[in-house]
Amino acid sequence: AGKSTVDEEVLDNLEEALVSADVGIETTVQIIERIEKRVKQDKYVNTAELNNLLQQEIEAILVDAPEQNYKDFDIPEGKKPYVILVVGVNGVGKTTTIGKLAHNYKKAGKQVILGAADTFRAAAVDQLTIWSERVGVSIVKQAMGSDPSAVAYDTVQSAIAKNADVAIIDTAGRLHNKAHLMDELSKIRRVIQKLIPQAPHEVMLVLDGSTGQNAVEQAKQFTATTDVSAISITKLDGTAKGGVVLAIANQFKIPVKYIGVGEKIDDLIIFDKHEFVDSLFKLG
Amino acid sequence: MFNSLSEKLESAFKNLRGEARINDLNVANTVKDIRRALIDADVNFKIAKEFTDKVKEKAVGEKVINAISPGQLMVKIVKDELTELMGGTEAQFNITGNPAIILIAGLQGSGKTTFTGKLAHYLKTKKGKSPLLVAADIYRPAAIDQLTVLAEQVGVDIYSERENKDAVAIAQNAIKEAKAKNKNVIIIDTAGRLAIDEAMMTEVANIKQAVNPAEILFVVDSMTGQDAVNTAKAFNDRLDFSGVVLTKLDGDTRGGAALSIKYTVNKPIKFVSSGEKMDTLDVFYPERMAQRILGM
Ligand SMILES: Nc1nc2c(ncn2[C@@H]2O[C@H](COP(=O)(O)OP(=O)(O)OP(=O)(O)O)[C@@H](O)[C@H]2O)c(=O)[nH]1
Ligand SMILES: Nc1nc2c(ncn2[C@@H]2O[C@H](COP(=O)(O)OP(=O)(O)OP(=O)(O)O)[C@@H](O)[C@H]2O)c(=O)[nH]1
Ligand SMILES: [K+]
Ligand SMILES: [Mg+2]
Ligand SMILES: [Mg+2]
Repeated sequence: AGKSTVDEEVLDNLEEALVSADVGIETTVQIIERIEKRVKQDKYVNTAELNNLLQQEIEAILVDAPEQNYKDFDIPEGKKPYVILVVGVNGVGKTTTIGKLAHNYKKAGKQVILGAADTFRAAAVDQLTIWSERVGVSIVKQAMGSDPSAVAYDTVQSAIAKNADVAIIDTAGRLHNKAHLMDELSKIRRVIQKLIPQAPHEVMLVLDGSTGQNAVEQAKQFTATTDVSAISITKLDGTAKGGVVLAIANQFKIPVKYIGVGEKIDDLIIFDKHEFVDSLFKLG
Repeated sequence: MFNSLSEKLESAFKNLRGEARINDLNVANTVKDIRRALIDADVNFKIAKEFTDKVKEKAVGEKVINAISPGQLMVKIVKDELTELMGGTEAQFNITGNPAIILIAGLQGSGKTTFTGKLAHYLKTKKGKSPLLVAADIYRPAAIDQLTVLAEQVGVDIYSERENKDAVAIAQNAIKEAKAKNKNVIIIDTAGRLAIDEAMMTEVANIKQAVNPAEILFVVDSMTGQDAVNTAKAFNDRLDFSGVVLTKLDGDTRGGAALSIKYTVNKPIKFVSSGEKMDTLDVFYPERMAQRILGM
C-alpha cells in the first residue's frame, strides 16, 4: 500500500514474502522474473494490479487435480474398490488425514475400509483403530511387526469381498533417504496389484505444511518410488504457509488435493488455489 | 539441487582472479551466494541477511580476496561464525531435584513422545537414573499406548490416568507417584500444540507452573522451514524453555532451522535425535551442524 508503481522495493518485499512462506529461492526468483517481465510489458502497473498479476502467475504454477469428482468424494467409474495408499515421512499427519478422509467418504455415502499397514511405529495400529471407531468404518489389521504388504493385501481383498467403495491404506512414516524403507512401499504396491492391477488408484503424499525445502526432496523420492498422484498439506492451521508446494508443483506437476487445518475429524479442506495463494501473503 | 557452497564460492573466486581489481563488490556477490545457500537450507530469510552482513564485514577485514584460496577461506569464516553462533557456552543438562522434572513440549508430530523414550533410555543407561515417564497428552488418539510401548522397550515405568482429562493434575500426581516409587527423574510428555492455540499454550504453561521443571525442552523437527522462528519465539515466550531438541536428523534436511532458533531465542540445542530406535540420541555438535547447513 502507498506505492503506486512497481519498483525495486516492491519486488524486494515480494521476494521476502515468498521466501518467508517457504516457496524457496529458485521458484521465488522465477516468479519475480516473470512479474518483472510483465511489468515491463505493461509499462505501468500499480500495486493493486501487481497483486492480480501475482495471483495469476502463482496460480498458473499450481497444477489442477485431474478431472474427477473428488470434491464430492465420489469414486471414478469402474474403480471400485478405489484404493488409496497414503505415504510420507514421519509425523506429517498421514494417519490423521486418513481419519478425516474416511469421514468425508462416509459422509458422501461410501463404504470405507481402512488398512493398518503401519505395523512399526509404537501404537500406530491403536491410533488408526481409534480413528476407525470415531468415523464408524471398518479396519483391517494384524499384529504389530507383521508384514505391511500382507496387511495391505488383506485390506484390498476384504474391500473386494465386502464390495466396499474405498480402501485407504496407512503406512509407517519413513524418511525418503532410507532405501530399504522406500523399497517396502514398492512391495506394498506390487502386492496390491496382484488383486487389482490398476491399484493403488491414488497415492497420496502427505506433507507437513511447516516443512521447509526438504519437502521438495520428499516429493522427488516418494514420486520415484510410488508414483505419487496427489498431495495433502497438513497443519496449515498454524502460522506456517506451506509455500514449498509451489516449488513441488513447479517441478513435479503433482496436484494438491486437500489441506489439513486441525486435528479434528472435520478439519480437512479441499485445496483451493486462489485461497492458498492469497494466504501466502497474509501476515501472521 | 545446487552445488555445494564451497564449490560454488571457489568457482566464483576463480572468476574473480582474472579481474584486474578485486574489490568489495566482488565480496558482496559472494555473500549473496552464501545468503541463498542459507535460505535453501531453511535458515530464516531475515536471519540469513543479518548473518551474511556480519560475515561480509569479517571477510573484508580478513582480506579474503588476497588469500591464496579465497573460496575456502570464505567458507571457513562462514562455518566458524555458524559454529560459534550455534554453540556458545557448553550446554549442561540439569537433573537436579528429587525427582528431577523434565517437561517436553513442541508442535504436533515433531518427535516429542519418541524423544521422551530416548531420553529415558539415555538417563537410565548413561546416567544411572531411574526415570518415570508421564503421559500428559490427553488428546492424541492412542498417545498413552504409544508412550507405554516405548516405556516397555526402554524398560522404565510409566504414569498415566486414562480417565483424567486434566493434564496439570496428571503431572502433579505423577510427582507423588515418583516419590512413592523412588523414581529420581520424571519426564513429562505433552500433546503437540500450535503456538497460536491459546488454550493449549495456557495448558502447558500451567503444567510448568505446577511442577517447576529443572529442564523444559522444546522439541523441533529439523525439516522445519521459515516458520521455525515464530514457533520457537512463541514457545519461549510462554515457557522460557531451557533447551532445544532437534529431531529426524537421520533425514537429508540441511537443518537451517537450528540456526534460526538459536539466533532467535538463544537457547542451547541440547540433544539431537536421529532415528526411530531408542538409542538414536546424541548430544549436539555445533560444528557438525554448521557443516550440514552449508552442505559440506
Ligand atoms: N494442528 C494440526 N495438527 C495435525 C494436523 N494433521 C495432523 N496433526 C497432528 O500431527 C500429529 C501427527 O499426526 P499423525 O497422523 O500421527 O502423523 P503420521 O504421519 O501418521 O505419523 P507417523 O505415522 O508417526 O509417521 C498428531 O498430533 C496429529 O493430531 C493438522 O492439519 N493440523
Ligand atoms: N526417522 C526419525 N523418525 C523420528 C525421529 N523422532 C521421531 N520420529 C518419528 O516421527 C514420528 C512422530 O514422532 P512422535 O514422537 O510421535 O511425535 P510427537 O511430537 O510426540 O507427536 P504428537 O504427540 O502427535 O505431537 C513417529 O513416526 C516417530 O517414530 C527421528 O529422530 N528420526
Ligand atoms: K513435523
Ligand atoms: Mg501414522
Ligand atoms: Mg506425542
